[in-house]
Amino acid sequence: MTVGINAFILVSGLLFAIGFLGVLLRKNTLVIYMSLELMLNAVNLALVAFSRYNNTMDGNMFVFFIITVAAAEVAVGLAIIVALFRRRQTVMVDGLNAMSR
Amino acid sequence: MLDILFYVFSSITVIAALMMVLNPNAVSGAMCMIVSFVGTAALFVLLEAYVLAILQVLVYAGAVMVLFLFIIMLLDVDKGEGLSFLKEKTNLIAGGFGFLILSLLVISAFATGDHLPDVDLVAVDKIPSGTEVGLPFTTSAKSFGYSLFTKYMLPFQVTGFLLLAAMIGVIVVSKKSEEEIEAETPQASKGAAE
Repeated sequence: MTVGINAFILVSGLLFAIGFLGVLLRKNTLVIYMSLELMLNAVNLALVAFSRYNNTMDGNMFVFFIITVAAAEVAVGLAIIVALFRRRQTVMVDGLNAMSR
Repeated sequence: MLDILFYVFSSITVIAALMMVLNPNAVSGAMCMIVSFVGTAALFVLLEAYVLAILQVLVYAGAVMVLFLFIIMLLDVDKGEGLSFLKEKTNLIAGGFGFLILSLLVISAFATGDHLPDVDLVAVDKIPSGTEVGLPFTTSAKSFGYSLFTKYMLPFQVTGFLLLAAMIGVIVVSKKSEEEIEAETPQASKGAAE
């Protein structure tokens, strides 16, 4: 494969930027959370690319741990969102401004 | 051949991610997200990280997105938002500028001029021999075992403990509090009606 590391990092950076756009733009807490996952995934891609081109296993191990932690994080975060919905009947960030009043 | 595959999969990944962010319907957004994750897994295969590609499909595109879809459908959150996020000027300008600056930065850093030095890919072994210094890149699942039980023993155990903590945390968070249970019992509602 003649594609260099720069192309992979470019794709990873673009994915990160798209996730960032989603976090800033969207109102739905669940979509914001999905965008956060996308940013995490972009970093995974960068780590694997660095690991492969640097010929070490360390980046791959990092991604392994990140996937584990992300799975745990999603479970906890979604439980919090469900608890929030049960109390406030909404998941839009516009409706969740109790601390600003 | 592999170069063409890289361009195909990376464009699929990026376009699916954009569609996820801009889709007014959360369920369709989650579907686009699954496509994006599978595209990333394909990029992992191109980088010869086969184990991680399988883990990506199993854990992210499988477990995590099924959980997301389940919660989206359970809460039925789609009715409110629509395309209203495109009507708020401040959000749109802030998000657009943030996106533009970030992507311009990335493109100028890695696509033009003085980018990272282009390293040639070296051929990798399938199974770690165990004789090299450090842990060189190998493709088999065995190499993960070698790393997990030597250099990364402590993080491995901490991660296991973290999973346990997350499980207990989810149970505690999703349990109903005493007052909520009392408020929902028939006697309480009858008392409130009287």
